[in-house]
Amino acid sequence: MTEPVLVRVTVNGTPREGRCPPRKLLVDFLREDLALTGTHVGCEHGICGACTILVDGQAARSCLMLAVQADGAEITTIEGLMKDGALHPLQEAFRQHHGLQCGFCTPGMLLTALDLLRVKPDPTEAEVREGLSAVLCRCTGYHGIVKAVQAAAPVPAVHEIR
Amino acid sequence: MKPPRFDYHAPSTVDEAVALLARYGGDAKVLAGGQSLMPMLNFRLTRPAALVDVNRIPALAYVREDGDAVALGAMTRQRTIEFSPVVARRLPLLHEATRWVGHLPIRSRGTIGGSIAHADPSAEYPAVLTALDGEVVAQGPRGRRTLKPRELFETYLTTRLAPDELLVEVRLPAMPAGAGYAFEEFARRHGDFAIVGIAAMVVRTGSRCTAARLASAGAGPVPLRLRAAEEILERDGLGEAAVEAAAVRAGELVDPDSDVHASAEYRRHLTQVLTVRALRRAVERSREPSGTGHPRPEPGSRTPLQ
Repeated sequence: MTEPVLVRVTVNGTPREGRCPPRKLLVDFLREDLALTGTHVGCEHGICGACTILVDGQAARSCLMLAVQADGAEITTIEGLMKDGALHPLQEAFRQHHGLQCGFCTPGMLLTALDLLRVKPDPTEAEVREGLSAVLCRCTGYHGIVKAVQAAAPVPAVHEIR
Repeated sequence: MKPPRFDYHAPSTVDEAVALLARYGGDAKVLAGGQSLMPMLNFRLTRPAALVDVNRIPALAYVREDGDAVALGAMTRQRTIEFSPVVARRLPLLHEATRWVGHLPIRSRGTIGGSIAHADPSAEYPAVLTALDGEVVAQGPRGRRTLKPRELFETYLTTRLAPDELLVEVRLPAMPAGAGYAFEEFARRHGDFAIVGIAAMVVRTGSRCTAARLASAGAGPVPLRLRAAEEILERDGLGEAAVEAAAVRAGELVDPDSDVHASAEYRRHLTQVLTVRALRRAVERSREPSGTGHPRPEPGSRTPLQ
């Protein structure tokens, strides 16, 4: 079947649905069908990590999933991090430690770092660098990003995602 | 770039999946974790008539102790393997190799069956399957059969699975208690495919090596079991001289090709260097099956590690 399929997902706590051809990538579904353009499309082959989101709580490349595969899943995108107009603690740490410049990789960095902090709540610098090697930043290197993740690690609310 | 048009099927049982594969007669692709197939589709390097998505077959995801073996369902995610206590306890070599597979967001989706069926010669899991001499179970319209690694891997990205067969299970013999092991790899950047990788396991009794297992990734069109190098250790023990001799032999046994990433000569060199490193760590970790958990140098033997 190549006919459009119904895709029902919960994105950032809100049930959403759309109809798309089965070949549509999840990242394009989020951006084009659900108008959530915070998730960025970079390389489209799983290398750059810009499109990383959480699928059922685990970081995954949304350019390497079909939208139809996410039917029934719980998804967290960058739009789900702010709460009541306030930055998420990890976003706040990125701001304080200059963890971004152009911002293109930032959504992928944040979602990857959130997953990393869940599996390693108290990571060493080497572990942060290994974890963040999943996402490419082409602006300024990674120093501020690594510092931001380490600064955010002890904040209890860093694990809270709506 | 968008994937080309295809028929999409998401069966909920293995029987349905096999029937779909048979119906398309070789023109369908199995979609497992998608971490290799999806890039190929996005680049339109492959244009199958249909995708058979096996992610909705819950019966294919498990880690099960089965006597002296561990059975892993083909759709077991690499991330599940990374955090599985059963794998950590009984297959520590697989556990260690998993850390080299891509990155955590890749391992969230990537599966053991997909990695093995994709048969990239530089991938980690095919080398572990080869080193531990495990087997895979394939199901087709005429039932199930098992294949050993040397039967399964034909050449680059090519297995001897029939177009209507689905890899359903990976079976690995549990490693003996006290076995030393290591997975070593060299890649240009962390998370990239290996230029060369080495999987090693040694079982010791006193200063003797009762069993050695060595396999290479990236040093030829298929993962290679380095049996003649293993025999040096089984004959001469686990001292530094034997380790170095085995590594030299390993470098002679592989038959790598040159490509844009590395010359054949460099891959051969890497095979030797990584075999030394893997064996030194494996020997350091090895202990007597009834031992205390600490490596004990035998009186009179050379300490293999400095």
